[in-house]
Formats: sequence, structure tokens, C-alpha cells
Amino acid sequence: MSGGAYSLWSLRAVALGCVSLGILAPVAAGMWQTVRAAFGSLPAIGAFGPDAGPWADLLAMPGLLAAVRLTIVTGLGATVLSLMVAIGVCAALHGRRSPRLAARVLVPFLAMPHAALAIGLAFVLAPSGWIGRAMAPWLGWDRPPDLATVNDPWGLALILGLMIKEVPFLLFVLLSALTQIPVRQQMAAGRALGYGRGMVWIKVILPQLWPLIRLPVMIVLAYGMSVVDMALILGPSNPPTLAVMLTRLFSNPDLRLLLPASAGGLLQLGLVIAAFALVWLVQRGLRVLGGCWVRRGRRGGWTEPGLALTVVVLSGLVVLGGLAMSAMLVWSFAWRWPWPALVPDSWSLRAWMAPAGGWGRALGHTVVIALCSAGLSLLLAIAWLEGEDRARRGRARWAEVLVHVPLLVPQVSFLFGMNILLLRLGLSGSLLAVIWAHSLFVFPYVMLALAAPWRALDPRLGRTAAALGAGPWRRLIGIKLPVLLAPVCAAAAIGVAVSVAQYLPTLFIGAGRVPTLTTEAVTLAASSDRRVTGVYASLQAALPFLAYLLAFALPAIVHRNRRDLRGQVPE
Amino acid sequence: MTQIALAAVTVLALSAPAGAEDWQATLDAARGQTVYWNAWGGDDRTNAFISWVGQETERRHGVRVAQVKLSDTAEAVTRVVSEKAAGQDSGGAVDMIWINGPNFLAMKEQGLLHGPFVADLPNARYLDLTPGSANTLDFTVPVDGLESPWRLARFVFNHDTARVDVPPATMAAFVDWAAVNPGRFTHPAPSNFMGATFLKQALIELVPDPAALQAPVSDASYAAATAPLWDWYEALRPNLWRGGTVFPENQSVLQQLLNDGEIDMAMSFDPASTAAAIAQGLLPDTVRVFVPEGGSIGNVSFVAIPYNAANRDGALVVANFLLDPATQAHMQNIEVLGSFSVLDPSRLDEAGRAAFAALPTAPALPTLEALGPTLLEPHASWMTRLTDDWARRYTR
Repeated sequence: MSGGAYSLWSLRAVALGCVSLGILAPVAAGMWQTVRAAFGSLPAIGAFGPDAGPWADLLAMPGLLAAVRLTIVTGLGATVLSLMVAIGVCAALHGRRSPRLAARVLVPFLAMPHAALAIGLAFVLAPSGWIGRAMAPWLGWDRPPDLATVNDPWGLALILGLMIKEVPFLLFVLLSALTQIPVRQQMAAGRALGYGRGMVWIKVILPQLWPLIRLPVMIVLAYGMSVVDMALILGPSNPPTLAVMLTRLFSNPDLRLLLPASAGGLLQLGLVIAAFALVWLVQRGLRVLGGCWVRRGRRGGWTEPGLALTVVVLSGLVVLGGLAMSAMLVWSFAWRWPWPALVPDSWSLRAWMAPAGGWGRALGHTVVIALCSAGLSLLLAIAWLEGEDRARRGRARWAEVLVHVPLLVPQVSFLFGMNILLLRLGLSGSLLAVIWAHSLFVFPYVMLALAAPWRALDPRLGRTAAALGAGPWRRLIGIKLPVLLAPVCAAAAIGVAVSVAQYLPTLFIGAGRVPTLTTEAVTLAASSDRRVTGVYASLQAALPFLAYLLAFALPAIVHRNRRDLRGQVPE
Repeated sequence: MTQIALAAVTVLALSAPAGAEDWQATLDAARGQTVYWNAWGGDDRTNAFISWVGQETERRHGVRVAQVKLSDTAEAVTRVVSEKAAGQDSGGAVDMIWINGPNFLAMKEQGLLHGPFVADLPNARYLDLTPGSANTLDFTVPVDGLESPWRLARFVFNHDTARVDVPPATMAAFVDWAAVNPGRFTHPAPSNFMGATFLKQALIELVPDPAALQAPVSDASYAAATAPLWDWYEALRPNLWRGGTVFPENQSVLQQLLNDGEIDMAMSFDPASTAAAIAQGLLPDTVRVFVPEGGSIGNVSFVAIPYNAANRDGALVVANFLLDPATQAHMQNIEVLGSFSVLDPSRLDEAGRAAFAALPTAPALPTLEALGPTLLEPHASWMTRLTDDWARRYTR
């Protein structure tokens, strides 16, 4: 048994080693390169720091303050609004609708890549877009009104686009967190004491929920503040958000701008950290003030209309998201579709007919990268969780937080530095490097999806098998994995969806030599042919959707005669 | 076998005496290479043309072309810079770049380009390379054989005749037109070369002393030359689309706005693009091209090869193929790309001239005469100064 114990311990060591060497070290090294460049040290372009010049240059950039303000407003705004809507919807619908049903309705929205959604939404919202066209006959518009409904200087379109993605994500997170809280009993108790439903949620359930959803909320916040593809398509342009501004600086022909761009990368990181600090402060403040408020015992019947409103908002978001995706599919089959026609004047398959010239290669890359990075991440996640089981140690919380570092640090802050390192190793621009870069961001999501169901697995199953003489590998392959098939499939699907949506890592690490549907779609979003863009956006959205479909179908088929093992996707 | 090869070399040597053996060596070395051509990928017709070029060079010379579609040419420059930063002086990821003006100047100044190579290309004999000609200057910066021409660009406006009867005749007249039709015209952001060209076109018309623009900019010359421009722009901007607070990213997005009916006039750096877009179903068939009375800015599009390109020989073969008279005629075909050729008609042989004469025409395709005189690009330093100044004034 002692030899066994040794090998059991080593699986955990391997998993931890992979994570720290494969994920944390490169992020830290990339960050270090950025820090050096931010203080004027980039020997390749003849900059031998340290000096504060890059910061002075950065501060002198026109529109920097406005870009910072925009970043804060759109990032924080989208996160707070999404959280409010998600919690409101949970409160309004919990106990009335089956959470499993809700999860299925949300899936298309989880699957939808940001870029594809943004491209479609830009058409739906524009004054000459679908909504405008539907209103034109009623309002007598003979030409589109001159209103900034997309790329508006306030970033409202960007906030809306982010919300369409983030509300379903947070709802999903909330639904799975709620399974750990006895909501029904607490609600009954609260209602019996005369509290409104919304008030029970705010005063009783939310405080218990918060620790469970804090990390996902932070991820949403960091993402919203540093997103590039969506901000490029939906956000304002003059100035854009900080992340877009920095992406432009990083690719400016004037190479000296790499230095202020790196300084900007640190500023971006600082903004995200400041936002985290703000969240922490609010949390502390609420703990004190909220306690007093709860003790005053107001019953709050006034929350009911608020709950109804959040359901209306969610419905609106769902409709907009659905319209956005349909718009791109319709465009891909259009030939002429001029204002103010609601459907194309003429149709054509031309955009779909040339896979060799365009989308075929991008589709191939996207599929290979998604399958490899999701597969790798899944293996690593299983190794990690199984190692944890075998070492009979509790979850290593510090390690768990570190896993999510790539999701919490803005991509634009470390990817340029990381690429310098990859170039030194001669790996930049290879398919392998892109797969690895994607895994940085895929792995945390796969862990997030798999960890809870894995840990919730009834330990008696394993003990029974062990008592019957099954070794650790047999227990893993014969018992755990089959029982966990549904969550494993779901985690894989999430991994595929995350990989398909990656923009900046593909662009920076892929050296532009590994075009994927995402990079091509974002490039084409600034082109004159929405029909071709429609093909890329539709394909980009179809891939993760297919993955989710498979993730639902596979356990249902394999376990068709095992009622309790069918499709219990994260609950 | 050896005799045939020898005969082939002899024939080549006879037809192009200078460097024919070197060229054969280049062709041999290039066989089997894949050239990563970094080119702006926002135009589907250009992408299709590049893909056609790849098929042809593979068929003829065994050289494949993979287009790296850029949303901004600077991405390729950055890549070469990062490679140099990492000490990767050979085997670089970028083999060829479709490059212009400021990007060329940046790479030339940093010593990031291979060459001079243009004079060694066999098909360079069809080019007018006399000093001072359009093929030897890129934004007044001497080309010095470091980039090879492949298509001709002329700045033009286009307008939807269903909405606009008489377009503005001069740049100054745009102010009056926009005052009557607020929100119906805009230009790409000047951080994009199209938007910058719009400002330069106006600058050339409004500048008190046009000669000043051909010299590098100085503080004094800049202030004097641009004062009328900013007065003009201040009057124009409030009546632009979205009140001049939002600007489209590039000319493709601008064309999309014209197609959507959000604006009535747009602009392009390709006189044939309007006819091409109509044929593609991307513009209403009522759109026509116009240029201001005094003519418009013109320049040549080039391809350059980075100093560390992994497939340099392949890139040379592709650059040479682009200058083949048959290739240039195919490119000028309105049904293919519709870009005007960079070759000098007087240097073409009988077959070359016939290929150009046989090209089809289209109602929205302007004649060379209708385009008026070609105005020279100002020195590249003017553009940088102008776009920086615009950003400082209007980025809020």
C-alpha cells in the first residue's frame, strides 16, 4: 500500500506541476516582460531603461482619460447590471420553473461567441439595421435616422452586448450555486414572517450565495473591463476603451509606441485590481450596513415590480441575442439587402460556396484548436481532481485561485510579453503555441465546470468499489467517469466554447498565421461584405452550439437506461 | 535532361540577359516554398485575387501563397519587430507585406526590409523606374528598390445618384453640401490611411503654398499650411454623420454605410471599386464615381519582403509574377479586381497590349480622362503630423 500511496500522491504533484509550469509561469514571465517594457526597457527597439518615459507618453495620449472612464463605466456597468438581472431572474423564477429547463434555455447564449454576437448585434441595433427597418414604415423614415445606436460615445451598445453574454453565464453560475443552499425552506420561513420574495433573496439568500459566486463575478468584471473583440465592434472608437486603444498601440507601425502600450497594459491591470478592491470595499461596507438593515426588519413588498422588471430585461436580452444570430445567418444567404427591406431582395449561396478560399481553413483550425485545448484541459482537470481525491487532501484553495489567474489578469497586459518569450523559443505562430495559449483560458473554465459535480459525487460509490477490490484506476475509469459522464461532457463543451471565442490569444500568439473563425470574423466585421461576415459568424456560433448539443445528447444516449445518470448538467 | 535544362537556361539568358542565371537560382530555391503574404484582408475581391495568384504560382513555379489577413498592415510590421526583438534574424513568419507609406517608412528606417530587389525581377522591365516616377517614390520617400509595385491607387469619391444629383465640385464645396444635408456624409477615422488621405486631399486644395507639402514638415510650415484646413474642417465636422463624434474604421465600413443608406457619399482609393462593388451586389447600381475639379491624390501599392523572411525566394517569385503583363491585365479586369495596372503601357509588347485592350467595361467604371490629373502625396511626415493633430483636437 505504501507504493500505492506514493503513486497516488504523485498524480496530484503532476497536475500541480503542469498548472504552475504550463500556466502560471508563462503568465508571470509575460507580465515581467510587460513591466520591463513599461519602464522603458525593450532592447530590441533600442530602448534601454529603466525610465519613466513610457508613462509620460501614455499620459500624453489623446483621449486616454476618456478611454479609462469608458473602460470603468462599461466594465463595471455591464457587470453590476448583469448581476442584478441574473439575481432578480433567479429570485423571480426560482421554484416556479425547473432549473434544468432554465439551463437548457440558456445554453445557446452560453455557446454564442462574443465576436459573432457583437457582429450580429451591430446590425440589429444600427439605425439602418433590423430594428430601424421595422420602425421605418411606421415613423415615415425614408432614410435611417442619424442616431449613434452602435459605437455610441457612452458605450451603451457595448454594455448591452456584454449583458447578453454575461447574464446567462451568471444565471448558470447562480443556478448551480443555489443547489448548495436550502432556498425552499428559507423562502418558506421568510414568507411566513411576512417578507416579500425579493426581500428574502436580498436579506437571506444573497449573503450565503455571494461567497459561492464571487470568483465568477470577478471573472466577468475582469473580462468586461478588458474585452477587445466586442469593444472593437460595438464600442466607441474615438477614443475606444483602454484595451482596444492598447491593442491598436501594440500594432502601430511606430515601434516606440510599444513602450507606452506596455505601460498601458499595467494601467489596465491596475484598473482591474482597483475594481476588485472596490468590490471588496462594497462587500465590507454591506456587511456592516446590511446587518443593521436586516435587523430593522422591513418586509419590503416593493421588490416585486423590480423582480418582474428583471424578467422583462432578460427576455429583451434573449430576443436581441436571438435576432443578432438570425441576422448573421440571413445575411450569409443574402445577395442584395438594402435599406429599408426587412428581408433580402435577392438570395445567393455565393458566400457559402467558396470553403477552399476562406472559411474552410479557418474552420479546420478552429475545430482542431478547440478539440485539443478542451481535451488537454479536461485531462488536466480530471488529473487534478482525482489527485485531490487520492491524496485525501481537501481542495487546495490557493491553487484554485491561481488557476484562475489567466482569467483575472487582462489579456492585453501579458500576451505581448508572453509572445516575446515564445519567439525566443521559436514557437510563436505555430498551431501548438495557439493550442497552449487557448488552454490557459480554457482550463480554468473546465475546472470551474467540473469541480463542483466531481466533489459532490457520493463517496460511498468509490468506497463500495474499493471494498469489492477495485484499484484506484479501475475506480476512476469504471465508476467515477461513467457516473460523471454528463458533467464531463458539459465541461468539455464549455472548453470548446471558450476556445472558439478566443480572439487576442489567437491573434498575438498565432502570429496571424493561424487564422480561426474568430480572428477572421473580427477582421471581416470591418469589411464591406456582411454576407461573408455572416458565414464566419454563423459558423463560429454553430461550433460551440454543436458541442453543447453533443454534451446533452451523449449522456442521454449512453445512460438511456440509467435514469439518475441522465443529463444532470451542472446542478 | 541536362541538355534541356541547359537549353532553358540559354533561352532565359537570351530573353533577359542581366541576372538570368541568378533568377533561375531563385526559381529553383523557391520551389516548394509557401509564401506567407501579409495583406489587409478586409476586401474579399483582393483576397480572391491573392488566392488566384497562389494557384498560378504553384502551377508555374511550385510556390504556394498563404494570405495572412490583417485588419491593419501595422500588425505585420509589429510581428517583424517582435521577431527582431527576440533575435530571430532568419526564418521569420512574414514573407511578404502589402505595404504603403508610413509602414514602409517605419520598416525602411529600422532596416527591417530585404533588398534592394526590384531591379532584379525579370518583369521589372515593364515598369517605369526613372527617378521621380510614381514607382520610385512612396509618399515622397525613395523606394530604393526595397518594395515592388503591384497596383495603382487613385483617391476618388462616389455618390448615390438616387439621392445626390450634383456632388460637391471642390473640397471647399463639401462644407456647403453638408450644411444642406447634415448627417449624410463622413470619412474614415484619420488613424486609417483612407481618412488621412481625405484630410490630405483637402490640405492640397486649401494650402496656400502647395510646394511646402513636398518637403518634410516643420513647425512653421505646418502651422501656415494647415490653418485653412482646420477652419474648413471646423465648419464641416458638425454636419458630418453622427455629428462628427463617431467615425467608421476604414473605407470598407464607409462603403457599407453607403450601401445601408446611412450616408449618400463615400470615398475609395480605387477608381474601379465602385463598379466592382455594384457587380458584387455590395452597392446600389445608382452609385457613380467623381473626383474634385483639380484632380486627386494617387499612389502605387507595393509589396515588400522583411529582412528575415523564411521564404524569401518564394516571395521574389510572387513579386515578379505580380508584374507579369498577363497578371496585371487579369487584375485590371473589372470582373476580377478592377485595380489599375502599374505597368508602363509604352513598354508592353504586342501580347501585353492586347490583353489590356480586351478588358470588359462597366457603367460605373470611370475612364482615365474622367479622373483628371494625379496629385502627388505630401511627404509622409505631413500625414503623421496631420493625424496626430486631428486625434489631439477631436478625440474626446
